[in-house]
Amino acid sequence: MSTPSVEPVPLPAKRRLAQLAMLAFAVVIVMFAYANVGLAIDKQIPSGMLTYGLSLGGFMLAAYLVLAKFAPWADPLILPLVTLVNGLGLVMIYRLEQSKAFGASANTQLLWTAVGVVLFSVTLIVLRDHRALQRLTYTAGAIGLLLLISPLLPFIGKNINGARIWIEIPGVGQLQPAEFAKLALIVFFAGYLVAKRDVLALAGRRLLFIDLPRARDLGPILIVWGFSLGVLILQKDLGSSLLIFGTFIAMLYIATQRTSWVLIGILLFVGGAILAGMVFEHVHARFEVYLNPEDPELFQKVGGSEQLMQGLFAMATGGILGTGLGQGHPKQIPLAISDFIFPATGEELGLTGLMALLMVYALIVQRGLRTSIAARDPFSKLLAGGLSFILAWQVFIIVGGVTNLIPLTGLVTPFMSQGGSALLANWILIALLVRMSDAARKPPPQAIQDEGMTQVFQR
Amino acid sequence: MSELTLLLIRLAFLALLWFFVIAAVGVIRTDLFGSRTTTAAPARKAPKPVKPAAKPKKGEPRQMVVIGGPLEGTTITLSETPITIGRANDATLVVSDDYASSRHARLFPQDGQWIVEDLGSTNGTYLDRSKVTRPTPVPLGVPIRIGKTVIELRK
Repeated sequence: MSTPSVEPVPLPAKRRLAQLAMLAFAVVIVMFAYANVGLAIDKQIPSGMLTYGLSLGGFMLAAYLVLAKFAPWADPLILPLVTLVNGLGLVMIYRLEQSKAFGASANTQLLWTAVGVVLFSVTLIVLRDHRALQRLTYTAGAIGLLLLISPLLPFIGKNINGARIWIEIPGVGQLQPAEFAKLALIVFFAGYLVAKRDVLALAGRRLLFIDLPRARDLGPILIVWGFSLGVLILQKDLGSSLLIFGTFIAMLYIATQRTSWVLIGILLFVGGAILAGMVFEHVHARFEVYLNPEDPELFQKVGGSEQLMQGLFAMATGGILGTGLGQGHPKQIPLAISDFIFPATGEELGLTGLMALLMVYALIVQRGLRTSIAARDPFSKLLAGGLSFILAWQVFIIVGGVTNLIPLTGLVTPFMSQGGSALLANWILIALLVRMSDAARKPPPQAIQDEGMTQVFQR
Repeated sequence: MSELTLLLIRLAFLALLWFFVIAAVGVIRTDLFGSRTTTAAPARKAPKPVKPAAKPKKGEPRQMVVIGGPLEGTTITLSETPITIGRANDATLVVSDDYASSRHARLFPQDGQWIVEDLGSTNGTYLDRSKVTRPTPVPLGVPIRIGKTVIELRK
């Protein structure tokens, strides 16, 4: 530092080329997996490999071009990582379709992927500045609530597999509005916490070793808690309930840096869950399955532990290196296309493959949290943190569920499971992260034009 | 398709998956280790014009002069004590400026040079044209901008 020259601010590189290379790499891996499935099942490379691989590559190239045009400073890794997970999900669904698993349709999923990429692009093009969302804080909250309760409404609400989380749109099909509701709710939480975090962070007194908030500041957390219990009881949707409450707690913690909120949240949730387990039959049944999955009686029961056990058997068969793509028996697992795609993948790719998959998820989340750290305003920090956390939290809940670490809740594996709503919502989530990472990595406005004078803004 | 081929394909696929993960980590290496791009970047941006006034002159600065903003003309004689600038009453140079933070920036001597350090201000401190992100030496006659106030060091 002896030369007193003016230090230029180091600029982050755009890394466009690295992104394109990683994107191509991801598509190649997916095509390889596809060929592997064909070779194992039909002893030949499947005829659709090129069309299939090229269409996936085409979608992603389109997404890349939109990203390069409208968010040039965005993080180079997010899109390739998502492409790989989405592509592997497609291959697994194709593979399950080959073995005639119930409901598996690779073409439908490919179509949804295309729609997802379109929504990704539209989000990037329309939403030039994500801070516009901050103005919509309460609107987003209202939309989120409305979407969440919409399945309870008569006529459009539908009850499928014991959970009332679907709405039927005539001509379009069924949608799970909760998937979109969670995005709206995160926007709401972020906007709300930015406004209120000072009082939530500072007021209170110290008891033993922990800072307790004031009783009257418990309002928001109690409302969200009651709300998520409502989802649990009325819609019988354990997954969304846990997802929303957990995300709120995490965002509260990010906003206030106060451990007591996390403790209060965990206590509230555990209390609520135990209460719900005692009072409500469907929650109780989940706990039974969780505690004694190997009980023969439970195994035989409809909706008992068979699914969970088959998933565990599948992962045990897979072992360290897996049986190889197309060489396992994922059809044995009920609902292997949606909730249980993770054990189905585990059987064929083994622990090695699952760990790679989890690493890819971890990297996506890491990029999101990194965006949150680099973001310049508190709203972006909270929004990016919340969105990355919900992704991580969702992977944890479903993977923990299928491995019997925590009670199983019906959640989809992000980007992998068959199902349009989740895929579309997650693509929008990724678009928001990309938009924010673009804003965070963009070099700050450098020079003030007028020599010697400070720029003065008229107000 | 023989068992062996399938086994090889299987292993190749797993290797490829991990290779992807490692490649991805390679792309973000710069984030993790804060690496080479920082040293490469200034070299690439070397042609950025540096104001002629930025050339160091012999001798140490003796005074700090406010050359722009509401306090224009104020002079502070430099001693060995650090100078704080901000809206807070205990700052050495108290600026009443909506664009300045209460503890905005600090100037302190070190090895015969004066160093400017931003104290986490909202709107930033600018040395000449670049934002001060870390303690940076201040050459003679280079303007430091803090909100609407511009100061420079003189002999």
